[in-house]
Amino acid sequence: MSQIFHPSANGIARAIVIGLIVVAATGGYIVYEIGRTPYVTRAYEARQQPIQFSHERHVAGNGLDCRYCHTSVEKGAAAGIPPTKTCMNCHAQIFSSSPYLEPVRSSYANDVSIQWIKVHDLPDFVYFNHSIHVDKGVGCTTCHGRVDQMPLMWTVHSLQMEWCLDCHRSPEKYLRPRSAVFKVDYQPPPDQIALGGELVKAYKVKSLTSCSTCHR
Amino acid sequence: MSEHHDLDLSAIRARLDGTSGPEYWRSLDELANSEAFQAYLHREFPEQASEFTDPVGRRQFLRLMGASLALAGVSACTKQPAEAIVPYVRAPEEMVPGKPLFFATALTLGGYATGVLVESHEGRPTKIEGNPEHPASLGATDIFMQAAILALYDPDRSQTLSHLGDIRTWSAFVGAFRAVVEPKRASEGAGIRVLTETVTSPTLARQIREMLADFPAAKWHQFDAVNRDNVRAGSTAAFGSHVETRYQLDKARVIVSLDADVLGAMPGSVRYIHDFAAGRRVRGATGDMSRLYVAESAPTNTGGKADHRIAIKPSALEAVAGALARAVGVPGAPQAPAPEAARTVLDAAARDLLANKGACLVVAGDEQPAAVHALAHAINAALGNVGTTVVYTDPVEAEPVDQVQSLRDLVADMNGGTVDLLLILGGNPVYTAPADLKFGDALRKIAFTAHLGLYEDETAALCQWHVPEAHPLEAWGDARAWDGTATIMQPLIAPLYGGRSAHELLAAFSSAPGRSAYDLVRDTWKKTASEARVTDFEGYWRKSVHDGVVAGTAFAPKAVTLGTISAAAGSAPKTASGLECVLRADPTVHDGRFANLGWLQELPKPFTKLTWDNTVQFGPATAARLGIKNEDVVEVRVRGRRLQGPAWIVPGQADDTVTVHLGYGRTRAGRVGNGVGFDAYAVRTSDGLWWMDGAAVRNSGVSTPLASTQLHHDMDGRAIIRTGTLDQYVKNPGFVKAMEPDPPKTLTMYPPHEYKGYAWGMAVDINACVGCNACVVACQSENNIPVVGREQVAKGREMHWIRVDTYYKGPAEHPEAYHQPVMCQHCENAPCEVVCPVAATVHSDEGLNDMVYNRCVGTRYCSNNCPYKVRRFNFLLYQDWDTPTLKMGRNPDVSVRSRGVMEKCTYCVQRITRAKIDSEKEDRQVRDGDIVTACQQSCPAEAIVFGNINDPESRVARLRAEALNYSLLGELNTRPRTTYLAALKNVNPELGHATGAGDDTHE
Repeated sequence: MSQIFHPSANGIARAIVIGLIVVAATGGYIVYEIGRTPYVTRAYEARQQPIQFSHERHVAGNGLDCRYCHTSVEKGAAAGIPPTKTCMNCHAQIFSSSPYLEPVRSSYANDVSIQWIKVHDLPDFVYFNHSIHVDKGVGCTTCHGRVDQMPLMWTVHSLQMEWCLDCHRSPEKYLRPRSAVFKVDYQPPPDQIALGGELVKAYKVKSLTSCSTCHR
Repeated sequence: MSEHHDLDLSAIRARLDGTSGPEYWRSLDELANSEAFQAYLHREFPEQASEFTDPVGRRQFLRLMGASLALAGVSACTKQPAEAIVPYVRAPEEMVPGKPLFFATALTLGGYATGVLVESHEGRPTKIEGNPEHPASLGATDIFMQAAILALYDPDRSQTLSHLGDIRTWSAFVGAFRAVVEPKRASEGAGIRVLTETVTSPTLARQIREMLADFPAAKWHQFDAVNRDNVRAGSTAAFGSHVETRYQLDKARVIVSLDADVLGAMPGSVRYIHDFAAGRRVRGATGDMSRLYVAESAPTNTGGKADHRIAIKPSALEAVAGALARAVGVPGAPQAPAPEAARTVLDAAARDLLANKGACLVVAGDEQPAAVHALAHAINAALGNVGTTVVYTDPVEAEPVDQVQSLRDLVADMNGGTVDLLLILGGNPVYTAPADLKFGDALRKIAFTAHLGLYEDETAALCQWHVPEAHPLEAWGDARAWDGTATIMQPLIAPLYGGRSAHELLAAFSSAPGRSAYDLVRDTWKKTASEARVTDFEGYWRKSVHDGVVAGTAFAPKAVTLGTISAAAGSAPKTASGLECVLRADPTVHDGRFANLGWLQELPKPFTKLTWDNTVQFGPATAARLGIKNEDVVEVRVRGRRLQGPAWIVPGQADDTVTVHLGYGRTRAGRVGNGVGFDAYAVRTSDGLWWMDGAAVRNSGVSTPLASTQLHHDMDGRAIIRTGTLDQYVKNPGFVKAMEPDPPKTLTMYPPHEYKGYAWGMAVDINACVGCNACVVACQSENNIPVVGREQVAKGREMHWIRVDTYYKGPAEHPEAYHQPVMCQHCENAPCEVVCPVAATVHSDEGLNDMVYNRCVGTRYCSNNCPYKVRRFNFLLYQDWDTPTLKMGRNPDVSVRSRGVMEKCTYCVQRITRAKIDSEKEDRQVRDGDIVTACQQSCPAEAIVFGNINDPESRVARLRAEALNYSLLGELNTRPRTTYLAALKNVNPELGHATGAGDDTHE
């Protein structure tokens, strides 16, 4: 009786086994990488809001400080989305009849909140505190990007855990002096690592990577 | 539970007498140690633990595993759904989103207030904390106060005003009400009756008195099922008029309790636990601690702390009090001899009292007859305790009356046809009134009935009008604490269900029916302020509301004159023979008002550790004599009335007694409380509120399963609970550590991990713990812990992150009892961490054993490998994710866990983080005391201390250095961060050993 399989079948079998592993691994890697792309993380995707509010206009154009609206950024976990009253402080006078601002006026008149769409939306099991980051010299634009150049808001980072950990592991790469935290046009110096190292010491910044730092 | 209920009492005795048995035991089943019990014990989760060894179950398991693996990769590619941010239109002052605010107010039980601080997140109350400035709280709480959050958000609360079941408006009610009231001005209000619970509120009392001034023929009745009629009658008998009695437990070196559960749910109990623990604290070399003698029928928290306990029938207690009075030399004390069983302990206690004149205390229980109270007053007077350990003040109640008599009069008038308008302000008398008064039948005869209540309960069903009541956290009000201190109660939130307060309802009698509760309360305090010559009322008001205490309102001690005791004590007490039925308020649902609160229903009751049920409690000897086993359904007949319920054998229950707890068998409590347990009010009569003789018990031959947690997570007889006597400690403080020395740190081959910054740790003083359970409910509230229901508890799936284990030592009839709260020990060498395949439980650099929910895949290996059995698994979706009001009550700083996730104590990591962030922003270290865990915060005994063990000056580090400090199962080299301080009994050397005394004649 002749052999059913030609000797080359051995090689083919090996190639198939190895090929399957390679295909599975590649497939896994592709899924893994897709999970980090802006397609999934929605980075750089401008989000539509109930009101065509432009950070570019208010920050770059009018020169408002971040804290004029985001009042609790130095006090609490949330930076704070301004109450309608804050909008009306100016818009009772300026563009007081603009059709774009009709939702603001009706919110104020009817005592109904404006429902903004969350742009920087961390997963539900993460507890982030703005005030401590600001206190330790993390600038607004470090995470939020150049909001002064964004007509509608978008994210410039994935907001995934590896992105958080990048700074938590080596904060010296990103820290800036406390006086520059709210500067939107701040440019890190060429010797950022040296400056960051000094700030880490001066601000007693610790590299916190325990799970319970953020998850509880 | 049902597979091991055959208790072999002879086996129990043999094991206790011989050397084969354990020194400490947790239940009679454990003592009997049957094969069935062993089998039960070795399955960590009594059901479905062995599914994997069953071929069919395994196939199912693998199929599900395969499916979930296939889906695991896909989940990473989902985009996050868009979420909305909803800012304020006009932001309130002082509000920082995400930062809770705390508001002072008070909560009442039986009319008596305890001050609280309520944590409010963006206007939603989420947690009750004690108010450190309030004398009845000193920062601590009890279980009922903690559960007030759940009551506030209870979706079963009454939500609509109704007339004969039809929805009506408030103005329709006021209109109908005034249409009946106005014509009665001519007859001075004849036929108008108002029924309230015990009232300490100055405003409510003022309103009722003003109403009575307008309608002089109207009458005010008061009734609480758990009332203090005996206390009032006792002090009236002793002093001629009713005075409030207040105790100073910290100043007493010898305390004798005559069935008084001072460490339970008496007015002032939270403070009493604090003071008692202060008097028992043994630190350093000083061996100074008070001694407690307790005579009682059913085991209570107070009896559990006794150094010497007498288990005695209720009918014999008067004789015990009389004998004690005679022994300490009270003139005119009864001459009847002390009951045989109590004599030795009683004589020794009397000598102890006499040796500590002026620094001792005798307390009579609220349930004891007036004669016992009168005797206790006389004993305290004879021992010179008045003014030192006992303080008398004016009554705290606005209008002290004999409440049973008050209700009896009301029912007589109702039946006599002289009542045409009855206003029931709070309470549920149809359910709680003594059975012989037939209150419900009388209620049906009244022309106009209105009920104000939190629930549409049994009383609401029989009243024409029902008005939903505002929860105490929703309305303005005021109330007094047990020492007279007044608190102005402020609302934390607008009424969720349109509730009204009693103040608003009573205003309908007045010429200004629309007046708000806020104005009414302010009127009262304006008057008080002007009497106290306060010039700046606004400042006074703001400070009082802010502090939660109106300064200077505590009652001053009052001088009293004792009458002759022979008149007070009445005829010579005689001890009845035969079985006696003892009725008590339930330790967790009280008189039934908390029946719809899952937190309290699922809270394991002290000693029995039963959940979701009340039982007929027997002592071991009585049960053996009557042939009754655990879970047998028995019928109790007493004075022609009967009830039926499951039996439970309780070590320490007096012979020839059965104890039943009130508050169960509700029919209109709500979805949680309906049909749970049996109604013990069925046998309660106005002449036998607290106990009745002549009871008979019949075993129905049927049995019903009960859900007790006492046997879950057993620890197999190692040196887990460590106890000793004060004497032992003074002679050799190191005896605790010698019981089971910890292994050397060099035992492991790994280099030791160094904790450079903070190292969090906790010390739990078992000597202070009285087993009140406040920590369990506080933890549940703080950490969003779900209620799982009776079936799941029976399967060992309760979710409490902290449990209070009870250990017994000594004979089954009258053992010593010890409580040990056990939560995650945060081991430095944590056995759970090394077995987790997905690194979902890992160590933090500050020594916390972190649990990462989003990593957990639910293998339960960690729980299997945990020697302390403190990990809890979400077998099902236990959280209610749908009911909107329940969502509001959750702590937003803690993840709400879903199905398939392991969870456990985190040391309240959210509070640690909050304190750390605050300290970092101020550029300083976290100070000792900045972080208070939820369990620690609620503990009245201050038995739990948390802090940084790297700081040698911290309280926790100093406690860890105490000789009494030991690690739980330290011999396993787990190096727990939580350590315990051993319990001590202060044994009277005359009596030799710390044990109870009881009647051993029945075999």
